Amino acid sequence: MKTYILWVVSWAVIAIVLLMPPAVVVSEALKNGIGPALETLKDPDGIAAIWLTLEVSVVSVAVNTMFGVLAAWLLTKYRFPGRSALLVLVELPLSISPVVSGLVWLLLFGAQGWWGQALEQAGIHVAFAVPGIMLATLFVTLPYVVRTLVPLMEQQGRDAEEAAMLAGAGFWQILWRVTLPGARVALFSGILLTTARAMGEFGAVSVVSGHIPGLTETMPLHIESLYNGYQTVAAFTMATLLAAMAMSAVLLRSVPEWITRWREKQA
Amino acid sequence: MSVLIQNLVRCAPGTRKRLLNDVSLDVPTGAFVALVGPSGAGKTTLLRAIAGLDTCESGSLLLDGQKVENMQDRARKIGFVFQNYALFPHMTVARNISFGLDVQPRAMRPSQGEIATRVQELLDLMQLPDMGKAYPARLSGGQRQRVALARALATGPGLLLLDEPFGALDPIVRRTIRSWLRSLHDRLGLTTILVTHDQEEALEVADRIVVMQQGSIMQDASPEELDKEPATAFVMEFLGESATFHGVVQDGWFTPKEDGVLPFAVAAEIAPGPADAMIRPFEITIASADLVQGQTVPISSQGVRNGYRHYLARLKDRTIAVHIPDYTGENVLSESHGVLDISRARLFRDGKRYS
Repeated sequence: MKTYILWVVSWAVIAIVLLMPPAVVVSEALKNGIGPALETLKDPDGIAAIWLTLEVSVVSVAVNTMFGVLAAWLLTKYRFPGRSALLVLVELPLSISPVVSGLVWLLLFGAQGWWGQALEQAGIHVAFAVPGIMLATLFVTLPYVVRTLVPLMEQQGRDAEEAAMLAGAGFWQILWRVTLPGARVALFSGILLTTARAMGEFGAVSVVSGHIPGLTETMPLHIESLYNGYQTVAAFTMATLLAAMAMSAVLLRSVPEWITRWREKQA
Repeated sequence: MSVLIQNLVRCAPGTRKRLLNDVSLDVPTGAFVALVGPSGAGKTTLLRAIAGLDTCESGSLLLDGQKVENMQDRARKIGFVFQNYALFPHMTVARNISFGLDVQPRAMRPSQGEIATRVQELLDLMQLPDMGKAYPARLSGGQRQRVALARALATGPGLLLLDEPFGALDPIVRRTIRSWLRSLHDRLGLTTILVTHDQEEALEVADRIVVMQQGSIMQDASPEELDKEPATAFVMEFLGESATFHGVVQDGWFTPKEDGVLPFAVAAEIAPGPADAMIRPFEITIASADLVQGQTVPISSQGVRNGYRHYLARLKDRTIAVHIPDYTGENVLSESHGVLDISRARLFRDGKRYS
């Protein structure tokens, strides 16, 4: 009886908090049927927003994965002065409000910012342009790869790498063949969290973007514009698409585990 | 492959505490050397230094009479087995073993077929012929041990370095893998250096024992010599159970301080003065109280183990274990008092061997 009640309560919470919001989004999008919903996606500003979101995600994932792996390597395999400070610093973007993360870039690169004037004269636009959006997204997604890799690599220790070194492997061979495959589950998880966050980031991007439709609007910003312009169907269709993209990224997270399990069954 | 180490010094990172204190060691080709000593003696540090995993402050290390600076060159000459095996969990046993061949530059790397043949050879040698496709997580401790050994041997090194290779195995597997390792060493003509904290293991498997303490080599000798002529009181104590008797040397005699222990004659050239006599329990004999003069001590029987009768002699402040071979028929069971004869003891003064 007790387990039954627990079961009902937990499913009720999950249904209200987790399942209902996406369900509402989808039903709002489809309230005039699937045809009109798809029609809204043909809007050129919408397509531009989708492309910009994909571009920003790809760049943040690539940059943060590369530096995340190197930073995690450095933080776990070596002991150097300032190591613990660096570990805390890496988490900074998680604790700062996204709005502040966006404002930082305006203060640096905006027209009244420290370097804004100089860059303006050189013809480089950061604030209210794509580079600003990239910077803001890079900043908020920086911790994910490092934070998922560090605990695992810490626990793995240096033994496997030293064994590889003594077998004659060079630095890159060790990284590619031993360190990263050993940490692949954590790495994949970090990459997908980065992807999901990069796609969905609103606050930081909103501050630096300037909301120029077709130029500096990512999907979340475009959704807000549409909603504020009473284009409900278009807003919710875009929201459905964004949610589906982010969710498929999270679902992909479990793929390596399935593969490992399948391979073990085969062996 | 021969190893020549001269005046090696290594300090703990960032401090001036010496982990290796002026260590010199000469290991000729084909030798089987065991590094023994208590934890923190510097055994593993020395082994890692030989492998080139750690750098040293000063001193030199020659392999086959040559300095080896490059890690890749070193890798082909040295096989290293880690204490916890350090297998790559995401690779099959076969890929683990072939790793050292797979990472070689293309020009030197054997073909896929040759690598597969080599792996199978090693699997057969390790008595794991069908394990190539398994992942390390599915193997038992003894099997992992042998895979680690196969991986170390894949590139055909002349020098095998083993760090506490039997530490995690149960006693029966330990004994079989120990003698198997010894025969492998002889068959492949390897030079082997093994680290262990178990002195019995070292005595059984190695030709030469190097006893270390606090970063220095205390003694480097054959098992037999080590047993007969321990250089210091520490070596004597480390190699097995022993009892120490404080006393004085005077006029060619060692006289123990305690009652119930007989004096014994020593070489005439030993200078008079205080000294310690150290002896193993099975070297002590019990003299009957009727035959000798002196204070007797109570002796109680502790039963028979491994062919020895165990006794406890109760001196004034402590008890001394005495083991007497079971077959001698010297039955002291009925006697409750006797005197200890320690004439087979070795004499030490200030911790150093005296005679």
